[in-house]
Amino acid sequence: MAAFIVRMGPLLVLWLAVFLSGTWAVDRGNFKTCDQSAFCKRQRALKPGQSPYRALLETLELTNTKLTLQLINDNNKVRLLLELYRLQGNMTRVKINELKPLKPRFEVPDVLINDPPTEPLSLLSQDENGVVLSLGADSQWLIVSAKPFRLDIMEGREVLLSLNSRGLLAFEHLRIRKDTQVDPEGAEKKEETDAANEPAEGETAKEDGMWEETFKSHTDNKPNGPSSISLDFSLPGVEHVYGIPEHADSLKLKTTDGGDPYRLFNLDVFQYELFNPMALYGAIPVMLSHSAQRTMGIFWLNAAETWVDISSNTAGKTVFGQMLDYVQGSSETPQTDVRWISESGIIDVFIMLGPTPTDVFSQYSSLTGTQAFPPLSALAYHQCRWNYNDQEDVAAVDQGFDEHDIPYDFIWLDIEHTDGKRYFTWDPHKFPQPKDMLQGLVDKRRKMVTIVDPHIKVDSSYKIHNEIRSKGFYVKNKDGGDYEGWCWPGNSGYPDFTNPEMRAWWASMFAYDQYEGSMENMYTWNDMNEPSVFNGPEVTMHKDALHGNWENRDLHNLYGLYVQMATAEGLIERSGGVERPFVLTRAFFAGSQRYGAVWTGDNTAEWEHLKISIPMCLSLGLVGVSFCGADVGGFFKSPSTELLVRWYQTGAYQPFFRAHAHLDTPRREPWLFGPENTALIREAVRQRYALLPYWYQLFYHAHHSGQPVMRPLWVEYPQDTATFSMDDQFLLGRDLLVHPVTEEGGRGVTAYLPGKGEVWFDVHTFQKHNGAQNLYIPVTISSIPVFQRGGSIIPRKARVRRSSSCMEHDPYTLFVALSPKRFAQGELYIDDGHTFNFDKQKQFIHRRLSFANKALSSRNLAPGSQFITPSWIEKIVILGASKPSKATLKTPDGKENLLEFEFDASMSVLTLRKPGVNAGVDWTVVLQ
Amino acid sequence: YFIPLNLLLCTQPLPVPTIPTERQFYEENKPFTCLDGSSTIPFDRVNDDYCDCRDGSDEPGTAACPNGSFHCTNAGFRPTFIPSSRINDGICDCCDTTDEYNSGATCQNTCREMGRKERESLQIMAEITKEGFLLKQQLIHEAKRGQEDKQGKLTELQGSKKGLEEKVEALRTVKETAEDPEKEAKERHLKAWEEQKELIRMEKDKTRMAEAFLELDDDADGYVSVAELQSHLELDPDSDGSLSETETQGLLGGADKVDTSTFETVWSGIKDKYLQSLICDPECISICRNLEKEIGFDFGPSAEFAYLYSQCYELSTSEYIYRLCPFNRVSQKPKFGGSETNLGLWGQWAGPEDNLYSVMKYDHGQGCWQGPNRSTTVKLTCGKETVVTSTSEPSRCEYLMEFTTPAVCQEPASLDEVLHGHTEL
Repeated sequence: MAAFIVRMGPLLVLWLAVFLSGTWAVDRGNFKTCDQSAFCKRQRALKPGQSPYRALLETLELTNTKLTLQLINDNNKVRLLLELYRLQGNMTRVKINELKPLKPRFEVPDVLINDPPTEPLSLLSQDENGVVLSLGADSQWLIVSAKPFRLDIMEGREVLLSLNSRGLLAFEHLRIRKDTQVDPEGAEKKEETDAANEPAEGETAKEDGMWEETFKSHTDNKPNGPSSISLDFSLPGVEHVYGIPEHADSLKLKTTDGGDPYRLFNLDVFQYELFNPMALYGAIPVMLSHSAQRTMGIFWLNAAETWVDISSNTAGKTVFGQMLDYVQGSSETPQTDVRWISESGIIDVFIMLGPTPTDVFSQYSSLTGTQAFPPLSALAYHQCRWNYNDQEDVAAVDQGFDEHDIPYDFIWLDIEHTDGKRYFTWDPHKFPQPKDMLQGLVDKRRKMVTIVDPHIKVDSSYKIHNEIRSKGFYVKNKDGGDYEGWCWPGNSGYPDFTNPEMRAWWASMFAYDQYEGSMENMYTWNDMNEPSVFNGPEVTMHKDALHGNWENRDLHNLYGLYVQMATAEGLIERSGGVERPFVLTRAFFAGSQRYGAVWTGDNTAEWEHLKISIPMCLSLGLVGVSFCGADVGGFFKSPSTELLVRWYQTGAYQPFFRAHAHLDTPRREPWLFGPENTALIREAVRQRYALLPYWYQLFYHAHHSGQPVMRPLWVEYPQDTATFSMDDQFLLGRDLLVHPVTEEGGRGVTAYLPGKGEVWFDVHTFQKHNGAQNLYIPVTISSIPVFQRGGSIIPRKARVRRSSSCMEHDPYTLFVALSPKRFAQGELYIDDGHTFNFDKQKQFIHRRLSFANKALSSRNLAPGSQFITPSWIEKIVILGASKPSKATLKTPDGKENLLEFEFDASMSVLTLRKPGVNAGVDWTVVLQ
Repeated sequence: YFIPLNLLLCTQPLPVPTIPTERQFYEENKPFTCLDGSSTIPFDRVNDDYCDCRDGSDEPGTAACPNGSFHCTNAGFRPTFIPSSRINDGICDCCDTTDEYNSGATCQNTCREMGRKERESLQIMAEITKEGFLLKQQLIHEAKRGQEDKQGKLTELQGSKKGLEEKVEALRTVKETAEDPEKEAKERHLKAWEEQKELIRMEKDKTRMAEAFLELDDDADGYVSVAELQSHLELDPDSDGSLSETETQGLLGGADKVDTSTFETVWSGIKDKYLQSLICDPECISICRNLEKEIGFDFGPSAEFAYLYSQCYELSTSEYIYRLCPFNRVSQKPKFGGSETNLGLWGQWAGPEDNLYSVMKYDHGQGCWQGPNRSTTVKLTCGKETVVTSTSEPSRCEYLMEFTTPAVCQEPASLDEVLHGHTEL
């Protein structure tokens, strides 16, 4: 949704005219560069070299849970307190704060799921230069060097990671403004005696933007003065770093020398540009490093505006140059250096030491939690548009899907469904009977999502506004009044979602008797929660706005997370804690994965935007957010028919699968482009529905263990350097490789099939291909190149119906793709698809399917669980098989039945006819 | 602890195909050959909830085949096919409930009720069509008369125009006769002809100019004055219907009056309009043009839509008043102040090939911000009244209007036939 329309007040129109200048691309001038962001400029001006910080080893204290140590800045004598924790699961936490700050500095709450459990650190040696600590297992050490202060994490003789090795630790301590004091001369005198590396205050301070900063027409008052922090990390042996979404950029992060750093600051960017480090709607300050030897992660827990610089000593070198280094043996070790800069708060870093990608995912999810397990239907297809105009329109679109035999589960209503952009209400003319409409969808076993944004129309006849105002729940401006800004409804207030009481009240607004016209099959979409403020600096909230005692500056990137948290809680509460919620958000932070899905915001109907959807979702997956998707078709502008078809084909294999379109674009429901294109889109959507059992199982794992659903190839092939920069193809789980066609007029794609000695099967033709090769695949407009890994078993439901709920009790078809060693393994996960009973009452089926020694069997993976399904095994398709003489099904009651089968010798495909056994029981099929 | 549902399924009495022409293929206890001939299976595999035939023909009563279809008899209503994926999906699709025999869905047999309702609406439709068609005949009759009138008037005007043209031509002939010697010269000296021709052209032009001067010089004082010229509205440069002094002076090259030699210098500027005016005066031109335009419209095979011409029809919604002026434009005016928005100018008939006159398209309306120009599609349905029944904006700036008119009513089959055509009722 989002973007701007001219149906608003004349003031906004005027403002829009200035803001948009009538162009079709992001107006970069509306957003700050590092140079225009005072703290970033100040920090970036520091050059690597001698760090003024020294560890005061005599202050070292070691307890069972942590080590504390004071650091001193020798230039200004300000002392910092360093806390070091060894965390369970091979992580190290480094916290640095002022020893005695003038007032408390912000520490991010509600992101960590608990106080991370620690393990004891032990002191191995100490002298005047530093100390050596043992990090427990794997002969890992932590070396604290005193002068200059520096931390090195070692494994054996190898340095894994160093902190402040470039001396870029910088901590702007809180101070009293001197140029406002009664005796300015005295202040200046004091200035001169002040430390050398401290920027001078007074007149120059204004230039440095320490106490005030103006961007365009907005002045940021900074009553707390300078407060930024920075720290550098060196990663020897690392050439590839990933993560820190959200950016419209390649999967592998680029070096930022000579350009702007990657920026993390939640912003509503109108018509964002691709391949640059500008900030977008969400921010997850987590970076992964990867080499053939090790995967690690850095989690910088800070919710203020943050910039990340990346440099590499190999980035500039050509392949030839690198080879020359190698041949001459004169090469320095490749190394990536990273530097984080945040505007306020403290340094609180979690270093996840891997060593495998899987370990890093587990480590990160042990800190911030895992992906919310969505209702199964949320993994199906979503039909959205800004806007479905009225109840008749909704009914007609619903009918259209049935007429064209295309499945869908959710239809969405954007902002126009409300009464004058007052969320929780309905337009009385267009949606006079919302319950009738919802019941119509219930009758088709389908669902709806309505939008609820966090800007509240300032209108004394609007109940929601009145309650928030009277309870004092609005964010305040610097002078203590309710903060107001322009958004869709015109003048709006912004509820303070950082306040737990506010969140509880917000959640209660989703009760069926509060949100009039809502029903069980209605879910929620939180848009504009960066928050978007049309007339605010950089289209967001003023940094000096107040959330209780804290400035928006301190917690800006957290706002969107809280909105989704409160909304998801509301959906849980309205069902008495029984039903799983489904909430889509545009803004997010570390931990947002716990509350639902995210999408990549207001993209554009262009081929490059289709391509970028892959790295954007891959990057999110690496840092916990598996439930990611891009607007199918592109939000702005109108896609060509070919682009629309290709986008459906790609979206069908991405986690969150929703078509969406801007208000100003022509309609694009799947049947509006002639019967051939309708058929192509129908086929793509049907492939999605058939694969839902596998998607659901992947999400169960994402929820259970934090493993991403959509993965870069290197996650599963960590030693295969060919995969490290790949972002035009991806894996779903371990077992499906997808290389969608994203080129206009594409006649073929070259897919890289990884794994020496492995095989991959084309899921459409069952053709077998060897791993570790670049495979050219000729394609037509109907092609979606997808391969199943030899050695895997994937469950599908072949009876695609009009919604996923209609398929609930349908039988399964198992696709067994044999490895060259004639082995395969997979799983089957089944539960009721929508409640928490899987968790609270262990009501689920989780089975291990394995093929070995010519026998395929199903065994219980979760003996403590129980669930009854009417679903049964309809068919078993074994790829790469040889022809048996007979196939026998054995069930636990001791019965043996001969199964009929068909064998396709040309493709080596064995199809076992109708085993008929219930999907929840033990069974074995023996081939002889 | 579980009930294998498939066993249940096998014991269910599954619907046997009920289409008489196909029933013969499903002969009990004889091997079944898929309808596409692709394979033959034992009869107990028909409707056994497993898809054996590529064409789905072995499972006419279950959801097993992705490409299968299910036949609802719907006694009391109309029989229909549904995709077999809708069998036992928990949603009642067939009004006779036969698609939900094992899903737990509680379906009511609504065929009789639906049949009754359909019969009623067909009856109403038939009556509307009948009356509408009568009205249409009247419209056609009126249109024919109106068109004859207009054609007559046009012919008359054109006749007088022709008379004038002939007069001009006669004058021209006189001149040209005088020019015959040159013509001979042309024949003798072909090479010199081109030069001659130019001379002749200039000569003719001079003659016309001289004639014009005489005509314009009302008081024959040897000068064409501003006052004299101002009465010749046909010369108005901006065609706004009035010829101001300044405009006239402009035509005379800034002078208040011109003599013959000066007239020569301004002649080229007024020549075209002056000569055209000789053929028809401005009022006549505009009438002719309008008549020609109206006659030029495609008012349908029998001009049954002609009555809509120069009419306008309005529909008021909560926010706007919509106005459809057929063959002219569509517009929208906010109810509570604000200016009118042009939603499109008459474009063309845009119905499907077999029913071209069922849809009107109006386009090139006011441009949308960052979007296309507004356009409106008008769907015409048979009705006794001529009325706009609904408007919507399915896509931004693309409007849809529903409009009833007797002009689209088709000749009704007799009511008996209508009901007879649906024997299942």
